[in-house]
Amino acid sequence: MPMTMTQKILAQAAGLNQVEAGQLIEAKLDLVLGNDITAPVAIREFEKTGAGNVFDKSRVALVPDHFTPNKDIKAAEQCKMMRTFAHEKGIENYFEVGEVGVEHALLPERGLVGPGDVIIGADSHTCTYGALGAFSTGVGSTDMAAGMALGTAWFKVPAAFQFVLEGKLPKWVSGKDVILHIIGLTGVDGVLYRSMEYAGAGIANLTMDDRLCMANMAIEAGAKNGIFPIDDQTRAFLKEAGRAKYTEYAADKDAVYERVYTIDMSKLRSTVAFPHLPSNTRLAAESTHITVDQVVIGSCTNGRLSDFRVAAKIMAGRKVAKGLRCLVIPATQKIYLQALKEGLLTQFVEAGAVVSAPTCGPCLGGHMGILAKGERAVATTNRNFVGRMGHPESEVYLASPEVAAATAITGHITDPNEVA
Amino acid sequence: MQTKGTVFRYNDNVDTDVIIPARYLNTIDPAELAAHCMEDIDATFVKRVKQGDIIVAAKNFGCGSSREHAPIAIKAAGISCVIAQSFARIFYRNAINIGLAILECPDAHDGIAAGDTVSVDFDTGKITNVTKGTTFQAAPFPPFMKELIAGGGLVPYVQAKLAAKK
Repeated sequence: MPMTMTQKILAQAAGLNQVEAGQLIEAKLDLVLGNDITAPVAIREFEKTGAGNVFDKSRVALVPDHFTPNKDIKAAEQCKMMRTFAHEKGIENYFEVGEVGVEHALLPERGLVGPGDVIIGADSHTCTYGALGAFSTGVGSTDMAAGMALGTAWFKVPAAFQFVLEGKLPKWVSGKDVILHIIGLTGVDGVLYRSMEYAGAGIANLTMDDRLCMANMAIEAGAKNGIFPIDDQTRAFLKEAGRAKYTEYAADKDAVYERVYTIDMSKLRSTVAFPHLPSNTRLAAESTHITVDQVVIGSCTNGRLSDFRVAAKIMAGRKVAKGLRCLVIPATQKIYLQALKEGLLTQFVEAGAVVSAPTCGPCLGGHMGILAKGERAVATTNRNFVGRMGHPESEVYLASPEVAAATAITGHITDPNEVA
Repeated sequence: MQTKGTVFRYNDNVDTDVIIPARYLNTIDPAELAAHCMEDIDATFVKRVKQGDIIVAAKNFGCGSSREHAPIAIKAAGISCVIAQSFARIFYRNAINIGLAILECPDAHDGIAAGDTVSVDFDTGKITNVTKGTTFQAAPFPPFMKELIAGGGLVPYVQAKLAAKK
């Protein structure tokens, strides 16, 4: 029977020639990930298993990125618990503040994730690494603990939806607009339990940052994972990241997809997800009545270099609207440094934005930019649920860095074509 | 095994941010998490919930973040079972892994009102609305999941696997 790309990777990791949708398998793990919110629970459960040591010190990644630099005493205690565990178990991929970044930007950059890998992470956006042709999916802390102890995890092999991407995106439209458009089509549970498999000639027109952003939000459609085929851009990215060894998998030509969506990217326009669901999408050009108190440019979705390059291009020589707060958060130290060298951070600060150290901070209403009752934010992040960025009566509008930058200048939701 | 309790009823897409907001994720203490359970969707939940009560919801319960703090908070608040039309997949795994009872049932949400008394027979998957005298059938779990649940969750499963390796 033909298999999808996801099914091929899972079959290999389970030591099977063939798997089919719905089958329960036990797969070998290439990497197990946790952060400062989920790892403490995982450590508690890991100790209960009596395993003693992790299955492979080089295949566990602990990334304190959510409430760091430590936002309060309790968060500091959680980070300390994680740091102590990493030290005691000799975990090689623990990243202290100073080298830490937002996990789903950091691990690809470090070459820790690559094609054919099977990765679980106690963070729902672990699906990001599908951009590199990996099977990666979010799990909870107890699954993370089991993964650290055994080096394996059980999975139900997912059925698949295929998303065929054609054409080239118009100016100021990027991967975020594509994925918001897709979630608008499927709904937040439209792809539940399934994999999102990307295909089509249009993929060549998407940058790796676009693809990472799109795979990142697979969970927002309810999917188990989102996965892209591998091409020369992927290989160049992996080379730059220092990832030498990997296995490329491709879907069988006659693989079965429960549903196929074909998207002509040349027809897409800047898109915004209104509160309180990522599927509640409208065009930015039709949302100009929404005035905004805060703009956030960053996160595991859009905190990469190309996001800041395009935002700086729109904001350079202009000023952030009076009364609006604009936060710029490079996702990793490497991105921060490069943005610094290219003068992007100077342009942001001169425009009246504030630049923060890498952190997940405001995306989940943790710290560094919490909203008060009634306030509205446009954010390049991935969720806009009730209370996501602060007060339960605040609002988050999800958008691309292009829309976020344009909005920061005007003070209301703005299609970048209006200002650039 | 059976349970019986008063129903808290919610609709589609109850996400983990409303089940336990991230502002409380600087702790892993179940009691502290339970004190803020459902706070942003139902401010009086914590005051009203009693040991054994039941949550009934519609589609995609537990969507969003992977935080296991969500099922931990629900369990520690005293909820004995969550019945929904469907669950987001990470929440589904997490609930089974930590031993929070969940049932998928397409019809229960329409046939049960907030405040109804409902009993659940976990062996048969039969859900009875005691208040209205109606019954519903939950989807059965696959055998592997049944084993996990019967064994007490994922930690005992890992312990057994580790023991078998030695």
